[in-house]
Amino acid sequence: MEEKTIVERLREEFPAGVRESWTSLGDDVVIIDKGMLLPIATFLRDSPGEFRMLLDLTCVDYPGQEPRFEMVYHFFSLSRNRRLRIKTQISESDLRLASLTALWKNADWLEREVYDLFGVHFDGHPDLRRLFMYDGFEGHPLRKDYPLRRRQPLIRLKE
Amino acid sequence: MPTRIQKQARQDTMLLNMGPSHPAMHGTIRVMLELDGERIVNSEVEVGYLHRGFEKTCEHRTYFNLLPYTDRLNYVSPLINNLGYVMTLEKLIGVEVPERAQYIRVLMSELSRISDHLTCLAAMAMECGAFTAFLYKMKAREFLWDVIEQTTGARMTTSYIRIGGVRADLHPGFDAVLKKAIDETRLVLKDVHGLLDKNKIFLNRTRDVGVISREDAVAFGWTGPCLRSTGISYDVRKAHPYLVYDQLKWEVPLGDRGDNFDRYLVRMKEMEQSLRIIEQAAFRIPKSSPAFVAAGMSPSQAIKESRLQRVRKAIALSPNLEGSEETRYPDILASDKSFVVPPKEETYTTIEGLINHFKFFMRGHGLRPPKGEVYFAVEGGNGELGFYIVSDGTDRPYRLHLRAPCFHIVSALEQLIRGRYVADVIPTFGSMNMIGGELDR
Repeated sequence: MEEKTIVERLREEFPAGVRESWTSLGDDVVIIDKGMLLPIATFLRDSPGEFRMLLDLTCVDYPGQEPRFEMVYHFFSLSRNRRLRIKTQISESDLRLASLTALWKNADWLEREVYDLFGVHFDGHPDLRRLFMYDGFEGHPLRKDYPLRRRQPLIRLKE
Repeated sequence: MPTRIQKQARQDTMLLNMGPSHPAMHGTIRVMLELDGERIVNSEVEVGYLHRGFEKTCEHRTYFNLLPYTDRLNYVSPLINNLGYVMTLEKLIGVEVPERAQYIRVLMSELSRISDHLTCLAAMAMECGAFTAFLYKMKAREFLWDVIEQTTGARMTTSYIRIGGVRADLHPGFDAVLKKAIDETRLVLKDVHGLLDKNKIFLNRTRDVGVISREDAVAFGWTGPCLRSTGISYDVRKAHPYLVYDQLKWEVPLGDRGDNFDRYLVRMKEMEQSLRIIEQAAFRIPKSSPAFVAAGMSPSQAIKESRLQRVRKAIALSPNLEGSEETRYPDILASDKSFVVPPKEETYTTIEGLINHFKFFMRGHGLRPPKGEVYFAVEGGNGELGFYIVSDGTDRPYRLHLRAPCFHIVSALEQLIRGRYVADVIPTFGSMNMIGGELDR
């Protein structure tokens, strides 16, 4: 009997959470419901598929679209040697998403980076601060409406 | 401004600042330590001092023009960054690369890997006081960079690997230079093994220091030599073979304890494997069919003649890299005009070549991959170097994201040094091979 693919298992386990899925250039892509991120991520990590590694986590900005932001997660299964891309959309009016810091330790810095560059808030993150930019930086530079050469006001070196 | 640790610090402890420009913090990173005597109670790592907005810049550059920016990510092994970016794009477009070019890419990326490992271990050894080992490794790196320089025209900012192939063919004296570099590197590796493997001072500072468990290494998203030092065998070159890696014989060296010494040893062994790969690739590389063109006319003369008639003689491109003549192109570059810059000979002498050239570089034309998104990873010096590109069908990437391997590795630094002594920060940090350009992007 052939084993079920991870996408089929996800569809079975979370019929309401999985919106769409397809294969793009050899990688499985699944679009999920924003609210289901945490249970699906937990399932991915602990299920027989064993997506133990959070490879990457980033965001893409589509201004003018609703929902505006798209979060992209890349998971990797060491035992199956497969990558999986999970995407979920968040609208600008509600820029909140569950944090994965409880499941993966590298999610800490990765989410701080996304918060810094896109302004997405992660609920449950222990220490959500800017990572690359300094405190007092205005705006989120990787948003499409942030101009490439925008100047920032000078900040005082010491209080 | 490290806010968290200043708020959380106990009354009886001392805060000590390390970096961002500390002799042992090569690269710009700041570590704020909360000390109880010599013991680190807590720490906070602050990154971002080298943030150049790589991803934002790339969104405003064409696919062809952003290649030089990738040189500056991991500046110790720029060729692997070139390769990662170029192969991601090739996956999106669907490009067939000539076999000779694939072998050249393997050669170049393994040379870069060795120089990357050498630099990391050299700095790590020096910070532990082993200055001789540092000098030996730097010497070996110079020989490797000679090979790279003579092939690509630059030591670090190479931009050599191009979409569809490579920039130029290997030069006539390549084999001799390569052989010298391999021999010298072997000697240095042997010397360094002798100097450090049983060196008491080095062992005391690295053995069982900075230990990470397998579970934690996976939870932190570690890849590359650092992950393999814990005993997990994951190498992108084996797991998702690209280029011709699956046709070559080599092994993945593994560590066991996941401490600083294992990270050192895994890197040392990996360099030996890389040398093996280079030797096999240099032996198996398909020999270029046309002979090296020595005689010919200079570009300026060719342009003069082309005004009167179509030039039929071979043209020597004096200011360019040797081996980038048109006759070599079939071996080193794909031929599709939509993503490859046409040979300069054509551009200078034929109207079709000139049109192709303009079509390639004109705004809104040129390289336009299909709409879609792609993730591809190569094994960089530090681990899985992945590019995620979203294309909207125009000539610029809509979004380009880099999965920097050392980002994940350095994020574990706080945990690794907690409860250790201040002196342990240095070898632990050194064995991580933090590269600012890649981490801060």
